[in-house]
Amino acid sequence: MKRRKVQPPSVLAGVWLVARREIRDHLQDWRILGPILVLTIFFPLLMNFTAQQAVDFVARYGAPIVAERLIPFLLMVVGFFPISISLVIALESFAGERERLSLEPLLATPLTDTQLYLGKMLASLAPPLVAAYLGIASYLFGLALSIGWTPPFPLLVQVVLLTTVQAVVMVSGAVVISSQTTSVRAANLLASFIIIPVSQLIIGESLIMFWGRYTVLWWMFLGLLVLAVVLSRMGLQLFNREQLLGRDLDVLSLRWALRRFWGAFTARATSPWGWYRGLFRETLPRLRVPILITVVFLGIAYAVGSDLARQFTLPAEMLQWQRLSQAIRELAPRLGFTSAEAWGWVAVNNIRAVLIASVLGVFSFGVLAEVLLMIPVGLVGYFAENAALAGQDPVLFLTALVLPHAVLEIPAAVLAGAAILQLGMAVVSTPRGSGLGESWLNALADWAKVGFGLVLPLLVVAAALEVFVTPRVALLLFSGG
Amino acid sequence: MRASPLLQSRNLTKRFETLTAVEDVSLTVRAGEVLALLGPNGAGKTTTIRMLASILRPTSGWAKVAGYDVVRDAVEVRRRVGLLTEHHGLYARMRPEEYLEFFGRTYGLNAQEVRRRAGELLEVYGLGLARSQRLGEFSKGMRQKLALVRCLLHDPTVLLLDEPTSAMDPASARQVRSGIQSLRSRDRAVLVCTHNLAEAEFLADQIAIIWRGRIRASDTAPRLKKRYLGSPTFELRTSVPLPVSLGWLPREAVMVSRGRDRVRYTTPSPERTNPTVLRSLAKAKLPVLTLTEVGRTLEEVYLRVVEEAAQEDKVAA
Repeated sequence: MKRRKVQPPSVLAGVWLVARREIRDHLQDWRILGPILVLTIFFPLLMNFTAQQAVDFVARYGAPIVAERLIPFLLMVVGFFPISISLVIALESFAGERERLSLEPLLATPLTDTQLYLGKMLASLAPPLVAAYLGIASYLFGLALSIGWTPPFPLLVQVVLLTTVQAVVMVSGAVVISSQTTSVRAANLLASFIIIPVSQLIIGESLIMFWGRYTVLWWMFLGLLVLAVVLSRMGLQLFNREQLLGRDLDVLSLRWALRRFWGAFTARATSPWGWYRGLFRETLPRLRVPILITVVFLGIAYAVGSDLARQFTLPAEMLQWQRLSQAIRELAPRLGFTSAEAWGWVAVNNIRAVLIASVLGVFSFGVLAEVLLMIPVGLVGYFAENAALAGQDPVLFLTALVLPHAVLEIPAAVLAGAAILQLGMAVVSTPRGSGLGESWLNALADWAKVGFGLVLPLLVVAAALEVFVTPRVALLLFSGG
Repeated sequence: MRASPLLQSRNLTKRFETLTAVEDVSLTVRAGEVLALLGPNGAGKTTTIRMLASILRPTSGWAKVAGYDVVRDAVEVRRRVGLLTEHHGLYARMRPEEYLEFFGRTYGLNAQEVRRRAGELLEVYGLGLARSQRLGEFSKGMRQKLALVRCLLHDPTVLLLDEPTSAMDPASARQVRSGIQSLRSRDRAVLVCTHNLAEAEFLADQIAIIWRGRIRASDTAPRLKKRYLGSPTFELRTSVPLPVSLGWLPREAVMVSRGRDRVRYTTPSPERTNPTVLRSLAKAKLPVLTLTEVGRTLEEVYLRVVEEAAQEDKVAA
């Protein structure tokens, strides 16, 4: 028998095929259908009733602002409640299918990883979003009938966009979580990493709505959009056949993790010299892009600091050289400068700052670490610009107070920032063929190598320069030699 | 002329983080052939099948399915493979035809084609009467049969069957086995993973035994038996007592035991020895009741291979 040639479905047809099957399946599950119906039909009615009560209250006792702020807030709540189900659906769709072992036949089809991923995303998003839009519509329809209130168009767009992007964030987060578990139970436990931040977000949005600063909501939307893109990309990387079937991910092998980390950290070097050679020849070239990004961020911080100096200018007399050198003469001995204790204190303080930045970086894709490192550079920019505004030479200011130790401290900050950025981004940009854990452990090893091999020694020496050299250079330069 | 290979792998290796699941697996299955891959749980059968179905990427080595590379042309490979997975994992709320329609569409079949193929195959595998049932209500055997129907839906060039009759009652298992037999065709290759050695012997032209990720033996069942168990043994029974002298027994045959009216012998070439024996006995007017091969099962071969492999690994360690 001659086989007839058949073409696999087009990209969109494949996505729709997967989505349609799942949506049908979800809509046959009363545990999903029940809450969706309740939140689409009864909840908007309840919110309508609440809004009417608020309006009546205002009519009787005044304070119209309460009703003005409450009605848009309830609009947001009516949209948010149904989309909270998207998280449950996504966990069920991704982790549930793995648990029921029905994923493999699907992976054996000609559909691509992207088609499967997008189909499942769409299936997780569509029913709750449709429910949310219907809820919003019925709430608004009820209000239009009962009190004649219609929302300003920008507010309606804001609420619809925020509702949509929040659903995408929750679903893409659920995919990331599901890819790291083999059971719905484990996925539900890990889902608190989504539920808690989203709850905080909703509280924040509520406060902003009661505060009446709706412009801030646009910034929140933008932030969420970026997060949704990052998480979706991460999900797309993790949702592939290799990851889904290649590993038994619920098993935590500390021994393997330690071995992997140690292997990457030592990089099979047989001597400290060989280890440093590896650090310079392999690790630092890998950090090229994060180093560049960190340098750009620090440059931006300096520029922002300078700009702020023009907005919040210090009194000119504060930055007179004579006054500064007098302050250094008085304060330096009192603060213990030019002593071993001060050296230790400065070094420990800087190392602690790098460690805090690292921890923050791990939980924020490296972003908070960069922000933390930008603050001191921003302050330098702020004071240098103030010096210029006070009629002083900013180059002399920087040479006297910053440069003697910054010559080592800034490279240390750049290297630390780059290593933390790479560590934070390791979960987002997992190389093809390697697992999330593997990629993260490699980035952690790079962070440790840069930290122990370069940042730590640089910070210790920079602290010595800051304590013993900088005050002397400052006095020398400020007093005119 | 030998048929072209539809499934070929050379030094196929798959390493996971802490484990080498498959190492240097080389297989060839030609059009019209069935290969049985035997091995205990965790031997690497499923990982091998997943690599051949372009679900997992090999760490090293290569494999081609219907002429397509499993890494470079993954989608083309998946279009041509019918994979019966170890866990059939059906969608419990669906009905058989809905389920088959979904999978048929993923292979690019249109609704009409899917309905026609599904209707035929459901009848062939005895599921015609269960069309209105939800899959959650299916028995284990019915689920397995439906999974088999699913992987035949797009008329694949290469069939990869992981434990096709596990969890089936004897009648269903026989039905599926004869179904697989009927799938033999000049333009299809079949690879079956199974624990059932009798089934492997019944279905397969070639047997490959995998243990700890490596192929330890691979050949036809008779050759494997010969290699691991020696020459086959035959028992001859006559309706009258046999003479004391066994001069009629050819030189290549070696007597193993004898009784009043029976004798057991081994021979490296039964195709020559046995006709000679029968001719000699007919000439001597000794009526032959039966001439049968003394049962040597594939199980014995399998156990011997595994034992030797374990010994080899011990020495290597």
